[in-house]
Amino acid sequence: MANLKQTKDSKAHSMGLHKEVLKGRTQQVFFNPEEAENFFYYGAYDVDFNKRTEIDAKDLTCNKLNEKINSFMQEGYGTIVVKNPQGKHSLGVGILNKLNLIFEGSLGYFGIGCIDGPVVRITGRVGWSCAENMMAGKVLIEKNAGSCFGAAIRGGDLICKGSVGARTGIDMKGGTIIVGGDAGAFTGFMMQRGRIIILGDAGINLGDSMYDGTIFVGGKIKSLGSDAIQSKLTPQDMDWLRRKLKVAEIGSDFDVSKVTKVVAGKKLWNYDQLEPTEKKGAI
Amino acid sequence: MAKKKNKKIKKVSKAKEKESAREKMIGQHIGYRYDVNLLPDYKKITPFLKKYVEHMGWDDLNWLEDIHMGYEEGRPAVFDRNANGWVTIPKKIKLPNSQQDRDMIARELLIKFQMSPRHPLVDLKKAYRKS
Repeated sequence: MANLKQTKDSKAHSMGLHKEVLKGRTQQVFFNPEEAENFFYYGAYDVDFNKRTEIDAKDLTCNKLNEKINSFMQEGYGTIVVKNPQGKHSLGVGILNKLNLIFEGSLGYFGIGCIDGPVVRITGRVGWSCAENMMAGKVLIEKNAGSCFGAAIRGGDLICKGSVGARTGIDMKGGTIIVGGDAGAFTGFMMQRGRIIILGDAGINLGDSMYDGTIFVGGKIKSLGSDAIQSKLTPQDMDWLRRKLKVAEIGSDFDVSKVTKVVAGKKLWNYDQLEPTEKKGAI
Repeated sequence: MAKKKNKKIKKVSKAKEKESAREKMIGQHIGYRYDVNLLPDYKKITPFLKKYVEHMGWDDLNWLEDIHMGYEEGRPAVFDRNANGWVTIPKKIKLPNSQQDRDMIARELLIKFQMSPRHPLVDLKKAYRKS
């Protein structure tokens, strides 16, 4: 028994499990005001936007293509053009670096998920759950997107110039989703933070069970979901909308003053005294 | 960091906020301790943040639009999503009263913290990162 315990300990140590300093949510960490100016995460690559290369994805699996993108970033390429993506799934995922990535064609499902930093342009369409769990960066899709567009995104700008499917921005916790066309049913379902802009019409149950965040709709709303209510558009909202639409490269002639603003009614909020820690974690 | 006039930190007074029936019943404030929907005022952007945005090739504050100066244990702090914890502002950093100014400072400090070699994720990456 004693030997077994010793073996477990040494294996855990060899895997580095005891080196971590993260102590959980209640850790008291202080900023160091003398921190040096640095724009790179630990382990990120220093890439040059002017250094450009191309990849033909025709005969590549998604794993191989993603590995190639990574190795080009390691070599310092800051602009990568992917030709013939042919609707393959899970392309361009997990990029935690600044990068200018261009897909000449369409992507399948779960494209460019879990990214933190890159600017991605897709000339075609995208399948389900495009940019799910996106952390930062900008993604611009020239045509339409499938359902669960921007599922659980936490930050960055996700733009679809065309229309999007159902449950767009489901469970989003930050960032901005911008749709040039129409959005399907249950858009903003259970959203917790962030903003959604729809220039066209919105389907049934818009913002159903939303905790927080804001939805701006330029067209008609088929119906509001449970606990989603209309709110007054402020001049600050309008300034921000004009700025964001410029960033999104759409709606240059769009009249932002006619937008309907939808927020959470907060009547479904049901925290009690036993849940303060969970409440903190939701932020 | 832009130089700001040093003023006393203004604490959010819970008494002034409207209490819902539910809050009265449970005797506890519901929700966030700051306005998570506050849109950034780009006139207040600091030179450091401008440089960061330019470096990343973005057009605006991007994900930093969702970063605000909040409170933890009654002290100003920023939530770091990468470490999943609140990072407290040291007492020697004096904060302005305007929430917009405070948010810009929070964004700047958060970037500096996340990119620091002392960030908790550095040790995790060293231990678990695929080569």
